[in-house]
Amino acid sequence: MLKVDNISKTFNPGTINEKKALDGLSLHLKEGDFVTVIGSNGAGKSSVLNAIAGVWPVDNGSIVLGGEDITGLPEYLRAKLIGRVFQDPMMGIAPDMWIEENLAIAMRRGEKRRLKWMVSKQDRELYREKLKELGLGLEDRLQVKVGLLSGGQRQALTLLMATLKSPKLLLLDEHTAALDPATAAKVLELSDSLIEKNKLTTLMITHNMTDAIRHGNRLIMMNAGHIILDIDGEEKKHLTKKDLLDKFAELAGKNEVSDAVMLS
Amino acid sequence: MSLLNLFSRMPSACAQGILWGLMALGVYITFRVLDIADLSVDGTFATGGAVTVMLIIAGYPAWLALIVAIIAGIAAGLCTGLLHTRLGIPAILSGILTQFALYSVNLHIMGMKANQTASLKKYGMFFENGKGFLVSSRYIPAAIGVGLVLAAIVIFTLYLFFGTELGSSIRATGSNHAMASAQGINIKNMKVLGLSISNGIVALSGGLMTQFQGTADVNIGRGAIVIGLASIIIGEVFCDLFFRKGANFAIRMSFVVFGGILYYAAMTVILWLKMDPNDLKLFTAVIVAIFLAVPYLKDQAKTSFSHAGKRAAAEGKGEK
Repeated sequence: MLKVDNISKTFNPGTINEKKALDGLSLHLKEGDFVTVIGSNGAGKSSVLNAIAGVWPVDNGSIVLGGEDITGLPEYLRAKLIGRVFQDPMMGIAPDMWIEENLAIAMRRGEKRRLKWMVSKQDRELYREKLKELGLGLEDRLQVKVGLLSGGQRQALTLLMATLKSPKLLLLDEHTAALDPATAAKVLELSDSLIEKNKLTTLMITHNMTDAIRHGNRLIMMNAGHIILDIDGEEKKHLTKKDLLDKFAELAGKNEVSDAVMLS
Repeated sequence: MSLLNLFSRMPSACAQGILWGLMALGVYITFRVLDIADLSVDGTFATGGAVTVMLIIAGYPAWLALIVAIIAGIAAGLCTGLLHTRLGIPAILSGILTQFALYSVNLHIMGMKANQTASLKKYGMFFENGKGFLVSSRYIPAAIGVGLVLAAIVIFTLYLFFGTELGSSIRATGSNHAMASAQGINIKNMKVLGLSISNGIVALSGGLMTQFQGTADVNIGRGAIVIGLASIIIGEVFCDLFFRKGANFAIRMSFVVFGGILYYAAMTVILWLKMDPNDLKLFTAVIVAIFLAVPYLKDQAKTSFSHAGKRAAAEGKGEK
């Protein structure tokens, strides 16, 4: 499904702020894989997602999604294949537009935008149905500006928008990190059910090791722009937080143990 | 300085207010919808006037001249948009560059003269011969009527357009470009499109204003952006007063035109008070600055450091 081969990215090359974000990283995902990504700050987790989403072009390597080489495509053209939810609940929605308008925009992800009326009656029914499944009471507030919703409601809506037109790949970039624990748990649960229902291939970054272990069928750990650990199948099911911390200390070097502890 | 004299001036102020309000609709698209302060309008307004007057003098019907003026405005907006999105120049500077360049372009259009006049006597009115002026300061009630009809057409068209998939993409780009991009919207093209439409409307307004006065002047657009902002802000204050936050897009735009009328009425009162006309721009700038500052100051009043300090001090005293 997704084939990322040997991609590299260096920010501010040749300056004092030079930062190697990705260093020859390769990652292959099978259809239906739900991969959680962990790693300390600056390990390159978000960079992987941004590289795949096309926020900026990579320096080297190739990205193939669903058989299509998207390495040379800008962000807005890759959007037809990729759904995204960001860490910042403000980032995934248009705050000045209604709930139904946000959904209508998501409904046409990857399509040409024409001079056609945006929200039809049938659309509205569909949105109402989908919003009902979120269980947040948003189905009665179709014509409310999204900026007035809470962070959790916005993330749930963004999640719905990202999955409304089944994407080939769903990218979740610490999408619960800015929420309170109860809301975060709810949004994660919602993510699980949407992913399962639509059988979505997913990459989810998290700072929470427990979440990384509990969700998905595969786990990767990153450090300094590399993947240093890749666990799936039975091994992942029996993984514990202590295993991960030990592995991290072993693979990333002793001096990073304190950082690893921060991850828990 | 009699009141009668003031009242007799009001219809003309109303007509001019509507025509400038039309321009404010163009500014509204960039300033409010796209969240870009586009300064090219000062040049585009004059371009609209220059194109209109030269085509009328060349014998073309006034309505056709307006259509060409709109196209010229769209082209100017395109320039600003391309400077911004394709060459990476900040939006505000792109607008200033276009405006600056248009001064020379406008002079060229007008045959290197600072102003050009088309006489009403020679060309007549549209309702007389089907090809003359659409509005004129000699026929104020007709000008008000035509202005209102044109404003209604523009508002209705924009209302429909911003309800379509394409129009909504422009709104999404202005509201949150990260979201728009992630949803597959080409935000660069949307900015260019929005700037083009905006400047097309501004040029239409410039063309109408030129017909109203019978003269195109290369300096007529100076400060147009500020008048546009004044109209928007005055209009929004009244819109929120009448509709709270519940007004739809069409009503909001109607109030922008209404804001233009109020602005010109206020200017007329000031002139009636025998204030120096040269001070009008200073006066307008102060008004706009005050209205732009109000939301910020309101917010500050609730959450400023000095208030927090006072509250803390008051609580401290209570404890002692």
